[in-house]
Amino acid sequence: MNDPQRLLFDEPGPRGRRRIRIATVLGVLAIAAALAVAVYQFAAHGELAADRWRPFGTWPIWRYLLIALWATVRAAAVTAVLSAALGLLLALGRLSRRRSLRLLAGAYVEIFRTVPVLLLIYLTLFALPAYGLNFSLFWKLVVPLVVANSAAFAEIFRAGIKALDRGQAEAGQAIGLRPAQVMRLVVLPQALLKLTPSLVSQLVGLLKDTSLGFVVSFTELLYSGQVLASYTHLLIQTYLVVAVLYLAVNASLSKFARVLQARDGRLFGRRRSGSGTDPAGVDPTATLVTDGATTIR
Amino acid sequence: MNPFSGYLTELGHGLVTTVELTVVTTVAALLLGVVVATLRICPVPLLRTVGLVYVEVLQNLPLLALLVLFVFALPQLGITFPLFTSAAIVIAAYEGAYFAEAIRAGINTVGIGQAEAARAIGLTFSQSLRYVILPQAFRAVIQPMGNISIALLMNTSLAAAVGVVELTQTANNVNLVEAQPLLIFTGAGLAYMLLALVIGLVTGRLERRLAIVR
Repeated sequence: MNDPQRLLFDEPGPRGRRRIRIATVLGVLAIAAALAVAVYQFAAHGELAADRWRPFGTWPIWRYLLIALWATVRAAAVTAVLSAALGLLLALGRLSRRRSLRLLAGAYVEIFRTVPVLLLIYLTLFALPAYGLNFSLFWKLVVPLVVANSAAFAEIFRAGIKALDRGQAEAGQAIGLRPAQVMRLVVLPQALLKLTPSLVSQLVGLLKDTSLGFVVSFTELLYSGQVLASYTHLLIQTYLVVAVLYLAVNASLSKFARVLQARDGRLFGRRRSGSGTDPAGVDPTATLVTDGATTIR
Repeated sequence: MNPFSGYLTELGHGLVTTVELTVVTTVAALLLGVVVATLRICPVPLLRTVGLVYVEVLQNLPLLALLVLFVFALPQLGITFPLFTSAAIVIAAYEGAYFAEAIRAGINTVGIGQAEAARAIGLTFSQSLRYVILPQAFRAVIQPMGNISIALLMNTSLAAAVGVVELTQTANNVNLVEAQPLLIFTGAGLAYMLLALVIGLVTGRLERRLAIVR
């Protein structure tokens, strides 16, 4: 791995250190000025008044928000399990030796990777009931999310399977395993282990997606925040608290993904040693491609 | 009767708004991404922290929550923009974090010898970044950046949830009158796929022309 700090500048000398000090002071001043403007804006519109924040120190409000957070987590968990399972099937389909399976899975992935989730949600809300498929609010949120996220998961799985050294599959064939056995016993376990960090960071994207419950009136965090805000008229305060809750959950998940990544690095320590140019290692941009395709949203 | 026929202008306007929103925010987010990526690798520790905090906060908040905060809550502080501008600012800020990470990953792929050579011929930090590192970094991550642009295109649909009348919202409006959800939403979906296809083709072509084979 290149250390970007080492890449772009040497250990600074006396002049460099002086410049860094100056830039730091200027930076602190700029941040302080921005904070001052923000506080001024809050104060000028009376949003800093204690009684506009006090409700967020009371249990009923927190209980309401925590119930909403739990609904968010539940929707995300169900979506994660279903879309990971479907995504794995789709990835296997795309790598299958049967042309029809490849085409079918490929079409599914390509379509649902490029259609907005909100459109799928509108479709679920307005089109499916006409065909007698009227889900509960929970499933009206989860079904479109699964449809969209399974395509994203499929791409993660496919990239992971393809990134595995070909020799592994060839060795499996050499000892007489059937293709399905090679996949199940040799390729998938290794690919999945390497993919755990990307899968966990995909969970962050998924959790963010559940905020679309806002649109289907499923009482997850964002929608509950809106209900609370219109009930208490504390718009700024409520949405800021909601944002902090999202941030807390997702930042922990991201942190967890990084810890996994670091552990993975040790598990595959020998492969990584070539400072990113290891010929046997994965092309550094190859993992980027999947990151770009999946962790966004 | 084809329910589209009476609404072609409306749907056309929605499509144009989506394209405008996508183009404006892609350009803004790309510029922002370069700035944030530079912050994250610059010699000043404080600025590196600022870049890190920016990326962490923006990547871990749902875009829709940011849109709702910006559009519905900020007016309470006397901060208002036209709806389209609000949506563009929020989406650009959000996607800027992703572009920044892609560019930083690109910088990581640039050989350390390149940076050392740049320093050896006496280029300053900003010069080596501008003339040596960034041009190579960009070439390495054209495809990931294309994927981010496609995600951005899909994310512009969230602007519908706060009232911007773009393609998704127009489709929804037309459907409320015509009650032909399957046809209208499929049509809108096809339009999104086409736009994504265009982005994919452009980045694919750029990649073939510019990618550096190492």
